[in-house]
Amino acid sequence: MIKSELIQKIASANPHLYHRDVERIVNVIFDEIVDALARGDRVELRGFGAFTVKHRAARQGRNPRTGSPVPVEEKFVPFFKTGKELRDRLNGDDGATNN
Amino acid sequence: MAGKTLTRADLAEAVVKKVGLPRNESQDLVELVLSEISLNLARGDSVKLSSFGSFGIRQKGQRVGRNPKTGKEVPITPRKVLVFRPSNIMKDRINSGRMRRKAAE
Repeated sequence: MIKSELIQKIASANPHLYHRDVERIVNVIFDEIVDALARGDRVELRGFGAFTVKHRAARQGRNPRTGSPVPVEEKFVPFFKTGKELRDRLNGDDGATNN
Repeated sequence: MAGKTLTRADLAEAVVKKVGLPRNESQDLVELVLSEISLNLARGDSVKLSSFGSFGIRQKGQRVGRNPKTGKEVPITPRKVLVFRPSNIMKDRINSGRMRRKAAE
């Protein structure tokens, strides 16, 4: 599924909304997640998963072709950890059992 | 890095503010977006959201694990795991935002 298909799905479930507005709603949700992570917050969506940011220190890398050392700058990278309920659903467990 | 934790309620609030929909309807829409994504993933389909990232399913085979407390070997059953790959746009926005914050500290 791609974003336009997701928007289409949401739009058909909400016939009273303009397609254009559904597009904005979906974009607002994902932009808000990115903005939160960019400003130093984390996002936890129970049952779905959590988005966090990890810090990677600067390190000495290597050009794999020439073997010459290249400096790699420090950076911040986004991470996603799957929520328990979704993880169980992926494995055909609908949450009726514990663990 | 005294960050807050955002939840569904904060995402719904963003929809209220930026799209101008009532709060209860915004909450339902946030939930619908998440459940649609979950439904597709549970079916085994990947979900690609341009400028955000993509969620995919990876099949893991059986392997031998160890109970860390007893040291006993236990088989880990084959399973599906969800992997998220952030888009370059997402990575850039987060990295530059965090670097700016760090510089301002």
